[in-house]
Amino acid sequence: MARVKLKRKKFELPSRYILAIITFFCIAMMLLTFFTDAVSAPLSGIAAYTVVPFERGFDSIGEKFTSRMNDFKNLKEVLDRNEALQNRVNELSQLNSQLTRDRYELEELRDFYGLADQLSDYDTVGARVIGKDPGNWFSVFLIDKGSRDGLAVDMNVITGSGLVGIITEVGPTWASVRSIIDDSSNVSAMVLNTQDSVMVSGDLKLISEGDIRFEHLLDEDERVVVGDQIVTSNISDKFLPGINIGYISSIDKDPNNLTKSGTLTPGVDFKHIGTVLVIKELKAGKKD
Amino acid sequence: MIRKSIEFLLVFFCFILQCTFFHFISLGGIAPNLLIILTSAFGFMKGRTEGMFVGFFSGLMMDVLFGNGIIGLYTLIYTYIGFFNGMFNRLFFPDDVRLPIILITFSDLVYCFIVYVLTFLLRSRFDFSYYLLHVIIPETVYTIFITILFYRLLLKLETSLEKFGME
Repeated sequence: MARVKLKRKKFELPSRYILAIITFFCIAMMLLTFFTDAVSAPLSGIAAYTVVPFERGFDSIGEKFTSRMNDFKNLKEVLDRNEALQNRVNELSQLNSQLTRDRYELEELRDFYGLADQLSDYDTVGARVIGKDPGNWFSVFLIDKGSRDGLAVDMNVITGSGLVGIITEVGPTWASVRSIIDDSSNVSAMVLNTQDSVMVSGDLKLISEGDIRFEHLLDEDERVVVGDQIVTSNISDKFLPGINIGYISSIDKDPNNLTKSGTLTPGVDFKHIGTVLVIKELKAGKKD
Repeated sequence: MIRKSIEFLLVFFCFILQCTFFHFISLGGIAPNLLIILTSAFGFMKGRTEGMFVGFFSGLMMDVLFGNGIIGLYTLIYTYIGFFNGMFNRLFFPDDVRLPIILITFSDLVYCFIVYVLTFLLRSRFDFSYYLLHVIIPETVYTIFITILFYRLLLKLETSLEKFGME
């Protein structure tokens, strides 16, 4: 049966005009979102009700896909249990690393008696990772908690073994986290036992090896060695002090002969992040 | 209108797939770019307006969730990719698989290059050859591989849409 094609004459805007309109619109949006938050709030609200619920579902499908070789019947039960236990492990290792840090700090405080305790218990909330940046350039991921759970931009994200990243965008039920291995991430940090400050910056070239680069280490007395622990520094304006980042895996002298740089192995396994903890506390004195 | 809604749903579905499932099938940390396939395919199958429509929504979703606070950049890139692919609409024949592959390859390369320039080169990451070899080329190759599987499905969807008279 042949269908007769009905051709109705309809007014259509030529596509190049539409392109011009969209171009103008996008540039306006870029400027607007760069300077204010007026537009992104409603849009991220829409995303919370459309994209994010599906991501949650799909992510669990993806997880099932990777572990389909396992026994399906036990799998769900074990996964649930595992998740609960993993949270517990995260909490405990966080506590443990906090205690280790406290020990270092105690030694220091014996010298400077009277200094207020910085490493108080942070109020954290657990969140699941539900999606990752679609491109291959950056390491940004989505978590399933948002402003409704008290999260805000610039809050630190950790796991039990160390710093994961920082919240860059937040919607009602989701937040996107830029991890510290992301190429555009910079964290002001310090070597734990010598208190030398360094700059830890993610580098796409090192991601496949799972390393991060650190720079600007001014180590005149040559005291810093491979294996030293690096933690977030006191002078960082966004990161809370004393969170474990990782351990130095190589040190090189810079061409200027004054500073050193090298790589460090992060404490967190960025290839397998399932659940994270968000510290519901912004760095003191940090106000927009 | 129904056609537009189906396209929108498709973009939506592919975006979610890209954010979640594709990370499980990524090789060496490189995942294929489904949104480029979609934008490019609708561009050359249905013309410039359609390509721009699909590209616009692909980019907008990227921007809202992963735009790092700036909305509009990816929207703009994807819209232009849809538009330029639409220019090849006249050369498109459903049976010929060469044009789609060439166009999608080229679109992905251009897309990667623009992303490199705007987000890496401007932050003084000058080592283009490294990024070309380790990100751009692997992504393109993987994308072509997915295209070969995915394109048939898209074509089937497209022909059935046309059969039901949705221009």
